[in-house]
Amino acid sequence: MECVFGLVGDGFALIAADSSAVHSILVHKSNEDKVMILDSHKLLGASGEGGDRVQFTEYIQKNVHLYQFRNGIPLTTAAAANFTRGELAIALRKNPYLVNILLAGYDKDIGPSLYYIDYIATLHKIEKGAFGYGSYFSLSMMDRHYHSGMSLEEAIDLVDKCIMEIRSRLVVAPPNFVIKIVDKDGAREYAWRESVKDAGIAPA
Amino acid sequence: MARYDRAITVFSPDGHLFQVEYALEAVRKGNAAVGVRGTDTIVLGVEKKATPKLQDSRTVRKIVSLDNHIALACAGLKADARILINRARIECQSHRLTVEDPVTVEYITRYIAGLQQKYTQSGGVRPFGLSTLIIGFDPYTGVPALYQTDPSGTFSAWKANATGRNSNSMREFLEKNYKETSGKETVKLAIRALLEVVESGGKNIEIAVMTRETGLRQLDEAEIDAIVAEIEAEKAAAEAAKKAPSKET
Repeated sequence: MECVFGLVGDGFALIAADSSAVHSILVHKSNEDKVMILDSHKLLGASGEGGDRVQFTEYIQKNVHLYQFRNGIPLTTAAAANFTRGELAIALRKNPYLVNILLAGYDKDIGPSLYYIDYIATLHKIEKGAFGYGSYFSLSMMDRHYHSGMSLEEAIDLVDKCIMEIRSRLVVAPPNFVIKIVDKDGAREYAWRESVKDAGIAPA
Repeated sequence: MARYDRAITVFSPDGHLFQVEYALEAVRKGNAAVGVRGTDTIVLGVEKKATPKLQDSRTVRKIVSLDNHIALACAGLKADARILINRARIECQSHRLTVEDPVTVEYITRYIAGLQQKYTQSGGVRPFGLSTLIIGFDPYTGVPALYQTDPSGTFSAWKANATGRNSNSMREFLEKNYKETSGKETVKLAIRALLEVVESGGKNIEIAVMTRETGLRQLDEAEIDAIVAEIEAEKAAAEAAKKAPSKET
């Protein structure tokens, strides 16, 4: 029951994702970071098949870095989104990656942007979006409360409302979430929302 | 001997690989390049031959980054350099992808040298006509390193080295004057070595400095001019000091 959602605010974009790594009925860990920092000003939130998620997102990250070394300047968010979508499209009719992605970025002359890329290589530029069963709840909350140009406080408040809905209404709701933001100062982790801490080793 | 130096690299009767030796000649005609390793700073310097007036000099970068913690300067055929640099950059990212670790300086040097060697033992190809100076900090121990490769594919680590035009004079200077330095002193030593063979001034020299924390930084003309002025002042003071004692006796 993975949940990834994101939105664009005033001069920033944010992505929130759950942090459970699940296999069948077992929760391996509940502090898995599914929002990758793609480069200094881009975030990549991904949900989907365990191996595919990590393999595909790391492959994209290394190719984005390679572009920067080769050309001396970073890719724009739109270019990175189109590249990602292209890789998914190439693999689609051979051996598809089962990964859904939200790509958020900040470009100097364009500002913040958010892209929806699903596992069959659909690409949309959006203001707010979500994947997973949690999307039924978070998209509805965002439809009700989102407006363009939200401040960071308003946006975090909306994210918390979405997390509250997911926790209370989704049958196997993930307990913990990570929130990351990207703005003119770069991409960084903003906060965790934990309701269950991973237990450390019990004392003897 | 003329029959043994065709396009394919083969041995001559007395054990020479002429194509490789000719490639070394191409390196000797290339621009001067110097590298100096300090305790916390590593410096690469390259001679900038007179830029044609209409050329945009920003597009001719002779010191390049291979990764966040590795940089390279070279002497010889610049077009060949582009190919090697591209392959090295891909290898740096590929290494990070497969083992989740940045490359060490020795690893990427071994890789580049391996590529150069491959082209001395393959059909229908000629060796790469360049020698490289590779600098970087070990990603875990933070130890600085300077390596050199050449067209034959050999590589070794150095405290300071030079390649390209007049590299022998620069190397002699470095052998005489090398000592463990850090920070600005390392930069000065590299510039002093270059000034032995290059016309003085910021517009004839390109310098890049790498430190553990800040990565690679290209110095701009004004900074280089300032350091060159310092060096000239020190030289003048040393000359004056040499003359003064003889007057007293």
